[in-house]
Amino acid sequence: MTRLIVNGVERRYDGDPDMPLLWYLRDEIGLTGTKFGCGQALCGACTVHVDGAAAFACITPVSTVDGASITTIEGLSADGAHPVQVAWRELNVAQCGYCQTGQIMQAASLLATTPDPSDADIDAAMSGNLCRCGTYVRIRAAIKQAAGSIKQAAGDQK
Amino acid sequence: MIRAPSGPSKGTGPSIVNISRRGFLAGAGAGALVLAVGLPRLTSAQEQKAFGVDAMPNGWRDDPRVFVAIAPDGIVTVTCHRQEMGQGVRTSIAMVVADELEADWSKIRVAQAPADEARFGNQDTDGSRSLRHFYMPMRRAGAAARAMLEQAAADRWGVPVAELRARNHAVVHEASGRSLGYGELAAAASALPVPDRDRVRLKDPKDFRYIGTQNVGLVDNWDITTGKAQYGIDTRLDGMLYAVVARPPVYGGKVVRFDAAETMKVPGVVKVVPIDTPTIPSEFAPVGGVAVVARNTWAAMQGRERLKVEWDDGPNAGYSSDSYRAQLEQAARQPAKVVRAQGDVDEAMGRARRRVEAEYYIPHLAQAPMEPPAAVARIVDGRCEAWACTQAPQVTRTRLAEQVGLPEEKVTVHVTLLGGGFGRKSKPDYVLEAGLLSKAMDGAPVKVTWTREDDLHHGYYHTVSVERLEAGLDDDGRAVAWLHRSAAPTIGSIFAPDPKHELPFELGMGLTNTPFDLPNYRAENPEAPAHVRIGWFRSVSNIPHAFAIQSFVAELAHAAGRDHKDYLLELIGPPRLLDPVEIGDVWNYGESPERYRIDTGRLRRVVETAADGIGWGRQVPRGRGLGLAAHYSFLTYVAVAAEVEVASDGGLSVPRVDIAVDCGPQVNPERIRAQMEGAVMMGLGLVSTAEVTFRNGRAQQDNFDSYELTRIDRAPGEIRVHLLPAADPNMPLGGVGEPGVPPVAPAIVNAAFAATGKRIRSLPVRGQLAV
Repeated sequence: MTRLIVNGVERRYDGDPDMPLLWYLRDEIGLTGTKFGCGQALCGACTVHVDGAAAFACITPVSTVDGASITTIEGLSADGAHPVQVAWRELNVAQCGYCQTGQIMQAASLLATTPDPSDADIDAAMSGNLCRCGTYVRIRAAIKQAAGSIKQAAGDQK
Repeated sequence: MIRAPSGPSKGTGPSIVNISRRGFLAGAGAGALVLAVGLPRLTSAQEQKAFGVDAMPNGWRDDPRVFVAIAPDGIVTVTCHRQEMGQGVRTSIAMVVADELEADWSKIRVAQAPADEARFGNQDTDGSRSLRHFYMPMRRAGAAARAMLEQAAADRWGVPVAELRARNHAVVHEASGRSLGYGELAAAASALPVPDRDRVRLKDPKDFRYIGTQNVGLVDNWDITTGKAQYGIDTRLDGMLYAVVARPPVYGGKVVRFDAAETMKVPGVVKVVPIDTPTIPSEFAPVGGVAVVARNTWAAMQGRERLKVEWDDGPNAGYSSDSYRAQLEQAARQPAKVVRAQGDVDEAMGRARRRVEAEYYIPHLAQAPMEPPAAVARIVDGRCEAWACTQAPQVTRTRLAEQVGLPEEKVTVHVTLLGGGFGRKSKPDYVLEAGLLSKAMDGAPVKVTWTREDDLHHGYYHTVSVERLEAGLDDDGRAVAWLHRSAAPTIGSIFAPDPKHELPFELGMGLTNTPFDLPNYRAENPEAPAHVRIGWFRSVSNIPHAFAIQSFVAELAHAAGRDHKDYLLELIGPPRLLDPVEIGDVWNYGESPERYRIDTGRLRRVVETAADGIGWGRQVPRGRGLGLAAHYSFLTYVAVAAEVEVASDGGLSVPRVDIAVDCGPQVNPERIRAQMEGAVMMGLGLVSTAEVTFRNGRAQQDNFDSYELTRIDRAPGEIRVHLLPAADPNMPLGGVGEPGVPPVAPAIVNAAFAATGKRIRSLPVRGQLAV
């Protein structure tokens, strides 16, 4: 029996403990915002947060996140208003959109630890996330815009 | 569970539009099927000589009742019958309709049409055709709906319709100050006849409020950024089973025998289903193998791993990239089938001051959309339904009906969003697998998921080609004779016994329509038999043709000691309008050669714009170089100027790219920019790493470690897109999705030559620039 918290909801799972978190999320509990792209931690489409840190769900056996708190794109914000999501919309980053949930989760994780990332920081943090449509230039711009709005919001609160 | 791909909802997730029978101009979802029976006039101008969309299966429709639905609350649902795969078509089509409808953008929703070309017109989303073919029909649909709303208001008020104007979602009678919203008029308008298309008043382009503007966000932005967007692979149905398939590792191979004992021990595995190998050419048929059906994807994958299969590799067991390349090179060095000729090339070569020759190699590629092929099918009460990320809904429906043995009217194909297509999803073999597996499971819903390994091992690969060019230069270094041999297996080989020659549509992608001002030109096409499934890949044969030609032009300029840009412009020659048929291209992207001339003035302008953008001729630091290339494809003119840096270890990076585009009138400039940015990335990938190789008939690349796509850390620092305005807003549109790609690779390779003096003739570059 594996217990985990997904987007704030406690879940119990007694199936194959080796099942990757990706397939648990998608097939078992219907959270399809986390995407399958490679199954080998090579593309980042499956990026989620495990206890706040970005992780590739496709190579994360459910048993290894026993007791952990998982955040998926569906739980990143209650209302789609995370600054990264907002910036993604404002700059029309997406083309097909398939990889973008993983990109957004990775970017949110980056900004949580590096609030003012340089281009090099962004490239380093995001290079595990492939986009076949080639939206990278906008991803960089959107991360910077999101960083700016987070900073501004923090300033406004002071 | 299943949700319709939705419109621009405001935080509530996918919006299901409530289509009541009073809901006017029925267009979306099930309600439409009730209301629209017998409605679409058979509108295709089939009696005319067929070009453009008239030449496409099932042509076009422009009936507003098919495409526009207005609810009593004023919400307008535009039905998009073209498939969304990142090109932004759901947004752009809606912009066109909304503009002519004089609608408030915030009240626009978009519904996705199911497969039904009799009702919607052609739905094949490929060839950079959606707006080229449906701009005018969609304008007419929007304008006709607007006219009906105006007429309904005129009837209500008892005033002449000429006194009324539709403006921003309301019909206004200025004389009396009265106004009625679209929602209030919808029911009455829906009872009116659709005005004759010849009398529908279209907007003057200067009055457009959405078309050509930058301020419209993507209709799917919300769903994409919140994880609610539904791709084919995301489909979930009650009681759904999950399948993966062990396919023959070689195209045309067969199962000799298999042992599923271990497979059946995997918890969750339900059944193992053998799939017949089709005869070659197999078109869109599943390639055969053994399917593992389970309660979840993971169990199916585990079950497949434990399957023991003995394969007969069949007729393509000897296919090897290395020996095939040598075979193509040999073929390209011999005289071959002439596909275009003007002047006397041999005579001119004979008297040329010097001759230059070069051979270029462009390998097989895989489209590798981030969403691998996936589909769900179920068969209930003699009806089959499928949910699929397909570029080609109608042929999917037709073939699925054949596959499951039902008449087509009993088969519904719902189209989801596509997580990328790039041509792979024009071929519905994966949907047919879902259909046959549902049938094998007594109609239960079955989702077939392709793993990345499946995608790379069993693709419809981009062709592989050797392009040999020879030119004779005169005393001034000008090209006076030109010979181009293009050897590449054809896409035609999946449809019919392998013709072993490129078909007119492949030759017309930058070979037989090269618009150079050359007195003596010949193109030849040697035999090249196919040993794998060859399929469309974004930009298709333009990729090898443009790479070879635009690299060769730079080589000639270098040989002549001339500036590359000047030399290219001289080859293009003075501004003039060429008849594509006259110069040797009978295809012309299916378009009328009168309507779509090749305008060398436009080609010159994109070259000059891209060159100006990058600062052509400026000094660059050591290790850097500037490169240029231009290519006309899909009726659109594109030039790319790249600044490249080559490190001492041969590593190539691209600080900046300027890409100039003239695609005629622009519907959605913001998405044109996005397509060009993406094209630059895909072109860079062709240069850097992209290659599928074969040994013993087996694709050697398994996943993104060996089939490397460009990552963000290799993306250009800056991509500047220059959109050239159309000379006339009423001129015909060019394509957008594909024409950006072909000139990118040669521009980068030319820049690498400028930086290093090393000429790359074989893609990808990999270590070739290392000292």
